[in-house]
Amino acid sequence: MGSYIAKRMIQAGALLLLVSLVAYAIMNLAPGGPLAVYLHNPQVTPERIDLLRHQLGLDRPWYVQYTAWLRGLLGGHWGDSYYTGRPVLEMIAERLPATITLMLSAFVLAMALSFPIGVLAATHKYSWGDNVLSFGSFFVWAMPAFWFGLMLQMTFAVRWHLLPVAGMHEIGNTSAGDLLRHLVMPAAVLGVGSVASWSRYLRSGMLEVLGQDYVRTAFAKGLPRRRVLNRHVLRNSLIPIVTIMGLDLSVLFSGAVITESIFGWPGLGRLFLAALNNRDYPLQMAGLMISAALLIFGNLLADLTYAALDPRIRYE
Amino acid sequence: MNSRVLAPAGPLAAPSGQGLWSLAWARFRRHRMALCGLAVLALVAGGAVLAPAITPYSPTALDPDHSLAPPSRQHLLGTDDLGRDEFSRVVYGGRVSLLVGLTAMLVGSAIGVVLGSVAGYAGGWVDTLVMRLVDLMLSFPAIFLLLILINWTGGRAPVLMMIAYLGLFGWTGLARIVRAEYLTLRAREFVEEARAMGARAPRIIFRHILPNAMAPILVQAAFAVAGAILAEAALDFLGFGLPPDIPTWGNLLTQAEDYITNNPVLAVAPGIVITLTVVAVFFVGDALRDALDVRTR
Repeated sequence: MGSYIAKRMIQAGALLLLVSLVAYAIMNLAPGGPLAVYLHNPQVTPERIDLLRHQLGLDRPWYVQYTAWLRGLLGGHWGDSYYTGRPVLEMIAERLPATITLMLSAFVLAMALSFPIGVLAATHKYSWGDNVLSFGSFFVWAMPAFWFGLMLQMTFAVRWHLLPVAGMHEIGNTSAGDLLRHLVMPAAVLGVGSVASWSRYLRSGMLEVLGQDYVRTAFAKGLPRRRVLNRHVLRNSLIPIVTIMGLDLSVLFSGAVITESIFGWPGLGRLFLAALNNRDYPLQMAGLMISAALLIFGNLLADLTYAALDPRIRYE
Repeated sequence: MNSRVLAPAGPLAAPSGQGLWSLAWARFRRHRMALCGLAVLALVAGGAVLAPAITPYSPTALDPDHSLAPPSRQHLLGTDDLGRDEFSRVVYGGRVSLLVGLTAMLVGSAIGVVLGSVAGYAGGWVDTLVMRLVDLMLSFPAIFLLLILINWTGGRAPVLMMIAYLGLFGWTGLARIVRAEYLTLRAREFVEEARAMGARAPRIIFRHILPNAMAPILVQAAFAVAGAILAEAALDFLGFGLPPDIPTWGNLLTQAEDYITNNPVLAVAPGIVITLTVVAVFFVGDALRDALDVRTR
């Protein structure tokens, strides 16, 4: 197990290195290069651009630049924003708590809803409730997230005045209750896709386990139904779900870009969108690297927990 | 297609002498929701093709005197802030959204089939190279890379560029599936026979093996259309999609955002149309998977 973990970590690291090379190439292949934003600014003279190019080290060969950039990335110097001039890492650190709050709430919401739904659907297979749920999950997957958000805003904020339309806090109000009220709709929009997919996976996982001999044996021993479902069935159907949860980390991060933009949530997603509009390449690259790292390590985490949870799985 | 190549094997083989496609259709028909889905798709596609004939107004005709009108007999879904007829815009929006969805799927499928089949058939370093490329593509959350690439070209993507981008990001899943099919099919007798008769690799790959790998490709293609329609709408919403003057379902929704209090129909209608269309594609794809007996992962 130890050597397997080490091997997977090294593979993930190598992949991330490759990702950084591609990200770096993208930044430098952009039409006009990283300084394109200044080329259209009549107040910045060509001499000034040349000076900037030299100061930023953009006149060195690409591999020298890349290793310098990579060294900075590893050492916590992610460069300065072209737009605000502030360190990228500082800007990200400011926005990170909002995004983590949002992702975590969506994650918890998805767990809280998908488990009962999945279990009910599996124990009442082909009942009308099960049919409605499977039908519903197709609809959830088909629904554009931003439309769902718009509909929620229309109903709960505009019509019924139950929840705030957007934002994270009322001005000057930092209470937990206020934050919670602002969180409800964004978390619902971000988490609803996971509710649908996790409950489907749990349902099919449980159905598979329910057909196993040891479940029949447990029932034949006269164990109470509840006990069999909890101890024998649910526990064994959790393994595939854990994998899906790991893979969904990056899905949630991508979804945060859209959700934050619907609800004006002051997180990383909106920072990234602003970086695009401002041609702020260092900030764009940071967003790309963070999302790729989350995806690669989400996969790794999924594989490792999978191995840890199922004793039948032995990696060499 | 060569009927000998298509001679069914496995669970689809029938003594009745029915062909594979008529058998598949018989299985497909059993799924009521998929038939409803086909009907919805026929309606949306029909509307898109016949748009000029069935819409009462031009989708871009301005009528500032009747802006934000509620639904009425003259304007089935009301009018938007510039007095444009929303019904006409939704129907015309279907043209763009379906066109982008279908063609992006075709581009993605073409890349996926070619790379997947060559990798699966050739094996060795070709296979390794293609699969590592797939791994690398899958290491980037597509939306971040897409946004950056679209941003390069001025922040909005013209139709052809949008199709190319969505296609470029939509081939990896199919390439993996096709490769797996080719790995098993290349060892079959009919391939050996073709090789013995002197057929060359391209002919074996595309004429002999490809027809036998069609089932999973079709299923995957159906879901790819749904994915492309949703992706395009999401990019429109983020402001990195098709130019705002083109009526797409995503653009209609985005423009309706400011008027959810004055005229909520504008925000409700295009969303329902997108959702119904994509659900329809899902049901059809699902039934197709069952009808063609594609193994589910």
